[in-house]
Amino acid sequence: MPSVKRLASDSSKCIGCGACMTACSTLFFKVDDPARSCISVTPSDSGSKITVCDQTCRLCVAECPVQALTVSSQGVVMLDRKLCVGCLACVAVCPIGAIRHYPGSANPFKCIACGACARKCPTGAIGIVVEERS
Amino acid sequence: MTESGFDIAGLEAGHRPVSEFRYEKRPVVRGYNDRTLYVNVGNGRIAEKPVSADMRAKFTGGKGYGLRLLWDAVNPSTKWDDPENEINIAMGPVCGNTNYPGSGKSLVVSISPTTGIPIDCNVGGYFGPFLKFAGFDALEVQGKADRDVIVFIDGDDGVVSIFEAPGEAVDSHVLAEQMVAMFSRDEKDRQHISSVSAGTGAEHALIGCLNFSFYDKRRKVARLKQAGRGGIGTVFRDKKIKALVVRYSGLDVSSNNPADLAGLQETGLKLHREIVTLDDQQCRMREIGTAHLTEIMDEYDLLPTRNYKFGSSPDSPGLDSHAFSAMVTHGLPDGCWYGCTMACAKAADGFELATGPYRGHKVTVDGPEYETVAGCGSNIGVYDPRVVMELNFYCDTYGLDTISFGTSTAFVMECWEKGVLDSTRTGGLEMTWGNGPAVLELLHRIGRGEGFGLVAGLGVRGMKKYFAEHYGADPKLLQDIGCECKGLEYSQYVSKESLAQQGGYSMALKGPQHDEAWLIFMDMVNNRIPTFEDKAEALYYFPMFRTWFGLQGLCKLPWNDIEPADNASTDEPAKVPEHVENYLAIYKAITGNDLDRDGLIRQSARVYNFQKVFCIRMGKGRRIDDWPPYRMMGPVTVEEYESRADRYDKQLKEQVGIDPSGMGTPGKVAALRAYREDRYEKLLDAVYKRKGWTREGVPTVETLHDLGIDYPEVLEVVKPLLE
Repeated sequence: MPSVKRLASDSSKCIGCGACMTACSTLFFKVDDPARSCISVTPSDSGSKITVCDQTCRLCVAECPVQALTVSSQGVVMLDRKLCVGCLACVAVCPIGAIRHYPGSANPFKCIACGACARKCPTGAIGIVVEERS
Repeated sequence: MTESGFDIAGLEAGHRPVSEFRYEKRPVVRGYNDRTLYVNVGNGRIAEKPVSADMRAKFTGGKGYGLRLLWDAVNPSTKWDDPENEINIAMGPVCGNTNYPGSGKSLVVSISPTTGIPIDCNVGGYFGPFLKFAGFDALEVQGKADRDVIVFIDGDDGVVSIFEAPGEAVDSHVLAEQMVAMFSRDEKDRQHISSVSAGTGAEHALIGCLNFSFYDKRRKVARLKQAGRGGIGTVFRDKKIKALVVRYSGLDVSSNNPADLAGLQETGLKLHREIVTLDDQQCRMREIGTAHLTEIMDEYDLLPTRNYKFGSSPDSPGLDSHAFSAMVTHGLPDGCWYGCTMACAKAADGFELATGPYRGHKVTVDGPEYETVAGCGSNIGVYDPRVVMELNFYCDTYGLDTISFGTSTAFVMECWEKGVLDSTRTGGLEMTWGNGPAVLELLHRIGRGEGFGLVAGLGVRGMKKYFAEHYGADPKLLQDIGCECKGLEYSQYVSKESLAQQGGYSMALKGPQHDEAWLIFMDMVNNRIPTFEDKAEALYYFPMFRTWFGLQGLCKLPWNDIEPADNASTDEPAKVPEHVENYLAIYKAITGNDLDRDGLIRQSARVYNFQKVFCIRMGKGRRIDDWPPYRMMGPVTVEEYESRADRYDKQLKEQVGIDPSGMGTPGKVAALRAYREDRYEKLLDAVYKRKGWTREGVPTVETLHDLGIDYPEVLEVVKPLLE
């Protein structure tokens, strides 16, 4: 039975500190910049809204013309930047804005469920889960 | 045998090198290489040519470059099969970007076998963008080979070679696969190979097309898009070219080296989102492509039926888009170039062929597009979608234009109906309306170069001459019902009730293709351009605007087959103002140069008028050549008139001022005809005036001077006609 590894979130526990975004953008882009973080936390009426890929809808995988987006053995949607031609069709079809793009950069980026952000979260609002799927 | 199923080593063993040319690889700079590639398959000469500053400034790219090079290659007496005729493939600065939908088009020009003047086609597939990134803004192919050759442009290594290739297939669906298998280094490399080819039909007919391939990674098949109109495939096989092949494996977002990548991405992403959000409520291009149009055209009495006699049929539901939707494979990114989320290039997989040399084979059929559904369906009375699919497949692989084949076959069928043809003249084929098996057999006879297939392959103008000379048919009747203008068969819309569209078709420079203007809804349905001046303005603006796609390497479809949600509330919804702004934005983002709306039209007007003078130089392009067959203007026959008697009687009464009661139908047909032909004359006057042309349709010296194309060789063509 295939599994899906993903970052689960509980926005009721989120205090909006932004530590997750700092962790993510620092790890992947070597800068502390929310616009370059795979996870996004924005204020909402009920506190905070956490947006991150749930690895399951896979509309982006279907849309990619070069099959640069594939599903790993752990059920994670991964981008192969060597194959990517930067068309950003994946960004357009993502229903929640979880594939992101920084203006002027060659490729989009997305959460690969590495867990770096979860390790920095002070309240346990985010964490890696592995779910079995039928 | 290799994994591909082809004996590639055996094919390669038959190759004999002709010539080789090494060139310095250089990156594209802001959409341009500023050099073109010249290949002569007759004497083996291969060379690169610099693009002059004047050529770039005046001709922009794409069709402009293709026409400029073609002008210099031919002379006023050049025929399509003379060695100096060329096949030129050019792209344009915007072409090849992966961000804005519809940015992968190649523009192909040549002197046409059916019209004798320059023809131009706008075609998808990967060849053009790969050629550009291999290092060239255009490819110019001249000469005639003695034996079948392949031209290979290796954009990775910077080598162009010509070699004799006796063993490869001619039919495109096989040849394109062979080229992928032959030139790719491994499975991952297949997507980096694209070929241009024709087919066996193009060897025997004047209506040959070119197939541009694009390798579909998911289907694992080389798919085909067509440069269909005007017989360029026929020129290709006459030159004994089996394939032009290009390899480029370095594609990424910077291959086109835009001046402002972030700006390009922003505009591209905006349109991607619009398409993803709105397409299923608008044109359903992502579901079924242009075939969504069939039922709409039928509803508005615009779907050509029985050689354009009628605009709808009770049988049309057989060709409903949902019938084809059930046959194509869904959920795949069907763009013919990367980054096209409009994804209209649909394909049916595992389609089992019922006839012909590939009978029993399960194949991938690209299409059908609307033009094929109408041309190889309703216009010949065929309402079985499987027959349309099979005609689509064989036209493509034989290298034949589905539009010209459909319109030519419709003409054959009406000639059969009127007794011009019988089975002794058709070699036993019963060319009655809707006889699918007979049409397929006719197509196979073109493929084999056999009997009546050779006659049908002449196209409508050729058949008109043949039937008059050999069968004593009435030339006037043939002229009225033979749906061609300048020698090119009409594309698939009934234009009888739209004067503006009659002009849009028959004033189109290359012949009656609707890519210059499609004004039927604006004119007939919405009545937005009621006066001659209004129609003339539309017949100025839209041909100029649409020419721009061909200068840039763009597809027309993402302009108005998707519209912003608020488009209807803009000042000029038919122009889709927000999308025009998008084009100005992506042009600037790529080239770094500012462009406004007037500048866009001016870029087009230069090339448009240059093409017009080119047509005159080759012996056509004056008022007499812009005259449609009456079938495209109104009811030719009593049968047609009576099928829409209420409409026509009302027009006689309200527009012509004649009381039809008590008149016989032939008298009513004649009265309506006189009225419509007079209005068409007035339309010609108004449009020529708006375009800055004389009453004879010749651009004036002032017009050419104002556009900066008053070159001595251009003035030399028009001056005798202006005196």
